[in-house]
Amino acid sequence: MTVKDKGWKEIAPAGVCSKASTDFLTGDWKTYTPLRDPVKCTRCLLCVAFCPDGAIHWRPEKGDIEFDTRYCKGCGICANECPTKAITMKFEQE
Amino acid sequence: MASLVKHEKNAMSGDEAVAYAAKQSDVDVVAAYPITPQTIIVEKFSEYVANGEVETEFVCVESEHSAMAACLSASVTGARAFTATASAGLALMHEMLFVTSGCRAPVVMAVVNRALSAPLNIHCDHSDSMAQRDSGWIQLYAENAQEAYDSIIQAFRIAEDLDVLLPVMVGLDGFTLSHTLENVETLPDDAVKKFVGTRRLPNVLTHEGKTVPFKLDPDNPMTMGPIALQNYYFEFKRQQEEAMKNALTVIQQVNDEFAELSGRKYGNGLVDAYCLDDAEIAAVCLGSTAGTMKTIVDELRQEGVKAGLLRLRTFRPLSVEEIRSALESVKAIAVMDKSMSFGGYGGAVFHEVRHALYEANAQPFVVNYIYGLGGRDTSPRELRGIYEDLQRILQTKRVENPIQYLGLRE
Repeated sequence: MTVKDKGWKEIAPAGVCSKASTDFLTGDWKTYTPLRDPVKCTRCLLCVAFCPDGAIHWRPEKGDIEFDTRYCKGCGICANECPTKAITMKFEQE
Repeated sequence: MASLVKHEKNAMSGDEAVAYAAKQSDVDVVAAYPITPQTIIVEKFSEYVANGEVETEFVCVESEHSAMAACLSASVTGARAFTATASAGLALMHEMLFVTSGCRAPVVMAVVNRALSAPLNIHCDHSDSMAQRDSGWIQLYAENAQEAYDSIIQAFRIAEDLDVLLPVMVGLDGFTLSHTLENVETLPDDAVKKFVGTRRLPNVLTHEGKTVPFKLDPDNPMTMGPIALQNYYFEFKRQQEEAMKNALTVIQQVNDEFAELSGRKYGNGLVDAYCLDDAEIAAVCLGSTAGTMKTIVDELRQEGVKAGLLRLRTFRPLSVEEIRSALESVKAIAVMDKSMSFGGYGGAVFHEVRHALYEANAQPFVVNYIYGLGGRDTSPRELRGIYEDLQRILQTKRVENPIQYLGLRE
């Protein structure tokens, strides 16, 4: 986050966004990161369906899933829902 | 003062006068909860809709919270929205009042000032709107039904001004103004329509990089009122405060412009001073009480007493400089509150007026009278007693009890 926050005279009223929601990298809110064991993972895609932030993607060309940590808030729903317990949540340390 | 247009004289209650003003102001959407403590305002307006006299979309909602949500939603699409409420209805809107001002939606609302429960009471006092004084809404208080009519028309101009963009509530005293008949001079439809004009919108930069009018529009999508955390929320609140400051000027301009059209003027739009120039003692009040107070000032003046009155027509934004300059040379002042600020030092109007005088050149005696709660009648004799108390304070140079309850049984 190197962009300087704007002052009250510079911003639009009522919080009108001058950036798209994808420009806000909400992944920096998280304290836990999902880690997946590719051996245990059966590619059932339940985690893709359950992720509230749409931060897990199915990549057909790779035949695999991919976590987008720029938007993952570390809620752990994926780990909780995973039927083979392939996902664990790792505490982030600076 | 001469008027540019022909007036029609009608016997109207304050409620009807407000509904009629809204009808003439070319409102796109009215959303309201039609059951108690609602008044005749929206009932009358629904008749206009049923009779095909207006093109307004009338939405009957299930609560006042929803009424304000619907008005806000309509307003952010660029529509002109109006509603009316009172008492507990306004209290139920509380959350949405902040959302509306925060979204800079220029909704206009008539508030028929009535008491809050418990015990159950829907008669006149200012508890309802005073409890909302920090909600980011502009607050005007009408002295009579005529002013209620005029203020609703002016409110659209004030709210929608691009330097303001804030919602406005127009207070009119419950029953005293809302349910009693008065001669109200109404303007022709086309004159009001022209005065109010069509809503203008500022341009904003959206996330698509487009500069477009500030409204929700599928062709030019934008996000309003999204999450703003520790890093931005404060800046948006500061913008609202600036808009309030701008409103001080706009309210005066609209008052002047309306005077040219109608011949009617309410002080400078912010404060209405009566016999204050050489006054030694004065009262400060809001709303319909000012009518009675003026006749008492007249009586006292005939008796040689230098009495005056300051009516705060606009309570939010507070016109600190006008209040100070109007009262600075007065020696003893009684501030009248028709609501209580429990546990505070006197009522809300007292806080504000005394505060405004802190930096005055002279320090006048300022005392508080809390009166008329729950519709308790206040007689001219009691009101005259306030001036007599002030005379006594001037003679003795002493204030025995700065906060008094007028007409309260011991």
